[in-house]
Amino acid sequence: MSELALRRTAVRVRRTWLTRPAIYLVILIVLAITLVPMLYLILSGFRTTGQLGTNPNGLPHPWVWSNYASILRSAVFWQAVENSAIIAVVATGLAVVLGSMAAFALSRYDFRGREGLYLLFVAGLLFPLNTAALPLFLMLQKIGLNDNVFGVALPEAAFSLPVTIIILRPFMRAIPGELQDAATVDGATRIRFFVRILLPLSQPALVTVGILAFVTSWNTYLLPLIVFSTPSHYTLPLAVAMFQSQYSTDTAKVFAYTALSMIPALAIFTFAQRQLVGGLVGAIRG
Amino acid sequence: MARGIEVAAPPEIASGGVPPRKPRQRSSRRKRIELTVLLVPPLALFIGFVIVPMVFAVWYSLYNWNGYGPLTDFIGLQNYRGVLTGQVFHQALVHNVIIAVLSVVIQLPISIGLALLLNRRMRGRGALRLAVFTPYVLSQATSAVMWLMLLSHGGPVDALLKSAGLGALVHFWLASTSLVLYSLFFVVSWQFIGFGIVLLLAGLQGIPPELREAAAIDGATAWQATRRVVLPLLGPTIRIWIFLAVIGSLQLFDIVWIMTLGGPADSSQTMLTYLYFNGVERTQFGYGATISVVLFVISFVFALVYQRYALRRDTAGALTRAVQ
Repeated sequence: MSELALRRTAVRVRRTWLTRPAIYLVILIVLAITLVPMLYLILSGFRTTGQLGTNPNGLPHPWVWSNYASILRSAVFWQAVENSAIIAVVATGLAVVLGSMAAFALSRYDFRGREGLYLLFVAGLLFPLNTAALPLFLMLQKIGLNDNVFGVALPEAAFSLPVTIIILRPFMRAIPGELQDAATVDGATRIRFFVRILLPLSQPALVTVGILAFVTSWNTYLLPLIVFSTPSHYTLPLAVAMFQSQYSTDTAKVFAYTALSMIPALAIFTFAQRQLVGGLVGAIRG
Repeated sequence: MARGIEVAAPPEIASGGVPPRKPRQRSSRRKRIELTVLLVPPLALFIGFVIVPMVFAVWYSLYNWNGYGPLTDFIGLQNYRGVLTGQVFHQALVHNVIIAVLSVVIQLPISIGLALLLNRRMRGRGALRLAVFTPYVLSQATSAVMWLMLLSHGGPVDALLKSAGLGALVHFWLASTSLVLYSLFFVVSWQFIGFGIVLLLAGLQGIPPELREAAAIDGATAWQATRRVVLPLLGPTIRIWIFLAVIGSLQLFDIVWIMTLGGPADSSQTMLTYLYFNGVERTQFGYGATISVVLFVISFVFALVYQRYALRRDTAGALTRAVQ
């Protein structure tokens, strides 16, 4: 009962800090700044460049479907989507498989140099992909992976390993040792324990690192910009930027193209936002 | 077998490290094989694509090389002299630092305020968080193209200002040398503020409400409780945010390159746009590699110094352990 009273005090105190209308006003402003640009983009895709010229901030009148339709019919757009998807799937698969192997070894084995090895991976965080893009390009030229899908996917996987391991290791560590003992008593080897028990139990963390790796790869711009010289290899971010510079006079079409390019990332995000946010939090708490 | 076992303890429960696995002698050879199988592939990928390129960068930075033929024109540290004494590089570095400082001075307080706001119990809180986080998921390229269109001269933003009777506020957002950096900072903030809010919300959830209540009972006002109790406890999260924001500011490229190409007249050049222009577009690969090395050293030194003076007291944090 006294606890309840305490809660009440706290709530009352909080309320005096900012008045309710003020809070709603702030929220309204935040929402406006965050969402209105994107809504504007989507709506303007349904207008013509002429409509945009006479009144930039009007509603579509009449609604024009041809911008979106022509992009959805264009092979170049789908090619870019396909390229992005292939690269993201390869990068994510590699990062999750290799990352969980490393995390397993680093969390459930005792061996000399374990912490040093962990630090080596973690130090990768200090070295973002953007800094390494040109050196990577120079190396890829040497090994013949230049202008190649793997020349982008492999580095992206490698640069996703640190975050993957940082999230997975504490998670795997926290799974009780008794479980492993029980599996050993039942005659399971360590590897079998890893594949059949630890990995299924780590599923939430695996999903998190998978999404992180996928979204990161999907959004990467500088590395593919340097590595790809053939436009048919371009990923979606490159395609958007290229489309804008090629069709800069056809404003409505650029709006439509940009709006469409947002859909995949937003879809993945809404599908998995709980996991993603939770995982980020876990990563930061270390 | 063990599949049927219900996992009694959720994985979040902390454990004191790894319990030593039992019979050592016989299985030590087997253990070594297992470790090799588990560790060699990830290590190979990591070393091959994270560490080796850096070695390449250092090597190429000692040559004058335009991408054709073998490396023959060894010029020692001349590239480094060129980068470090170059006026445009200095400008670029200053721009990166300005973005980093603005992030800490402007983005951080706003993020903290909004996180405190969104931490209240209210209707639609989940949806609000989702909305705030959304821009972070977009690629920087997409945001850049979007804002390039919105901020274009006579574009939607200008029209909006005019129709609101604020025509005097209309500016050359991206074409004015004195304004362009701040316009870019706005776009960067638009994209990344949601990430900070989500991070800080997570930190706030780690603070037991009882502490605030205790402060209230002791007669603290809400503001005092926030200032003296909540903010200090949020310290570790804030320090990690600052670390990520500064490293991110030093790496800024996509948004700037797409929106301004570093212009007009180098007024929005960042270290990476400078690298891209000189190293890639003008195929001065040796010079570009040098900028990569310099940028890496700057990030690394910042990380070390920051760790030494700011992150030291924080519990664990994988980031902090990395540079100990």
